[in-house]
Amino acid sequence: MQPHIQINDLNVYYKNTQALKKINLQIPRKQITVIMGPSGCGKSTLLRSLNRFLELDEGTRLKGKILLDNENIYDDSVEVIDIRKRVGLLAQNPYPLPMSIFDNVSFGIKIHNIKNAKDDIEKTVRHYLELAGLWEEVKDRLHSPANQLSIGQQQRLCLARGLAIEPEIILGDEPTSALDPISAQHIEKKLIELKQSYTIVIVTHILRQAKRLADYVIFMYLGEVVEAGTAEEVFLHPKKDRTKAYLDGIF
Amino acid sequence: MIIKILMVGSFAIVFGSLSLIVWTVFSKGLPALSLDMITKIPEGGFYMGGEGGILNAILGSFLLAIGGTFLAILFSLPTALFLEVFSKSSAWCSYVRLSLDILWGIPSIVYGAFGFIIMLSVGLRASLLGGIITLALLEIPIMTRAMDEIIRQTPKNLTQAALALGVTKFELAYQIIIRQTFPALITAILLAFGRGIGDAASVLFTAGYTDRIPNSLFRPVASLPLAIFFQLSVPFPEVQQRAYASALILTIIVLLVSVVSRLVASRMNRFTIK
Repeated sequence: MQPHIQINDLNVYYKNTQALKKINLQIPRKQITVIMGPSGCGKSTLLRSLNRFLELDEGTRLKGKILLDNENIYDDSVEVIDIRKRVGLLAQNPYPLPMSIFDNVSFGIKIHNIKNAKDDIEKTVRHYLELAGLWEEVKDRLHSPANQLSIGQQQRLCLARGLAIEPEIILGDEPTSALDPISAQHIEKKLIELKQSYTIVIVTHILRQAKRLADYVIFMYLGEVVEAGTAEEVFLHPKKDRTKAYLDGIF
Repeated sequence: MIIKILMVGSFAIVFGSLSLIVWTVFSKGLPALSLDMITKIPEGGFYMGGEGGILNAILGSFLLAIGGTFLAILFSLPTALFLEVFSKSSAWCSYVRLSLDILWGIPSIVYGAFGFIIMLSVGLRASLLGGIITLALLEIPIMTRAMDEIIRQTPKNLTQAALALGVTKFELAYQIIIRQTFPALITAILLAFGRGIGDAASVLFTAGYTDRIPNSLFRPVASLPLAIFFQLSVPFPEVQQRAYASALILTIIVLLVSVVSRLVASRMNRFTIK
């Protein structure tokens, strides 16, 4: 199958330091890809390059191509809004929007003017809350402020909110690290269900989580990709010494 | 220890002056406060101790301050949002902020004179409209800087959460940031409103003064600060007492407006993300 995302010769610079060095990767469609590595290895930078979040920071430069189904997302003719609609992000800390639970989910539908969804907005909101596994807990208080939810519920709300704009790809920047173990498990379970229909890319520094979730693994160190391959290849038969050392917990 | 004494001392001075002002206004103004004061316009010989009230000034001040504040919001809110959301150059932003800070410090009589010159050049006489425009000019730097500081407090993660959904900067500014900071924005507006309704010098030339009820944008209007000023400069004690009563009315108006707006704002507060 053709890869969903193809990264060609990607170099990223923060002011004078190079954060990513000559990255070449292919991210498979409808699977969970896990990017792992020690902190500061550039895994978040790589993730943020996929929804064009890098350009939010002053002084970032990027060279190379990222192809989403053969379309370079950094091409001048591409609207950044369209990219962010196609590539959703689940952040490390859940941040609901300053509105009700219902409006959090319907907001994206309205601003992107998603036609079918708009006709029956209540049904659509319900659908995505169910998809994120939150409906049962909030169905009686849809119009109360989203900030009253627990942090684990907020993360599932953020998931529902992201899914509602119908992305193709879901990025997760350590999406469970701020959550309690049960909420974290909840999110992991949802991600495994969602890979049926979405391409998922997760950054994590928890090795065990990587092993639970990954179909495809990217191991990074000091801004370079050390090794990338299927979960079986990388976890069971790593080719590089550095990957072995990391998997054995040496650094 | 010394620092603590200084802090307590400063607090005492600030709180003491506030209490003294409120006490002076109440004790001198309350006896002269009557229903006539707030329901009647000045009759013949009012400034010599005759019959009548200051309804003309109460209404005039309301129209001037509300008009000026609304006009100021139209310029301040977009400017503040621009500084935080749209502008790409932080150097440019700091120039804008510096200019606003300088404008904030300019005495209101200068705004009055400036407004007057502008009005002369377009052929506008002292009028409600002239007063509203001048007050808006006076309020814009205060309101913009206050809003700017508030909008800067928006959590970066919230902004990014919205951007990740693919919102445009316009939607981010007007649908997310305004909602998030709404209660605090009300405070910024009130700060400017308070300055506007209490200012005498800027409306002296531009709005003029009249004993009539305001009825046209192009006619002069009375205002409470000037009503206080005129009555206080009359050498009769009973007229001076009415000046204090006018000051009391002005104080109560500012208090009422801020209590009501805060009530409205606190209802919105529950959606704010902390």
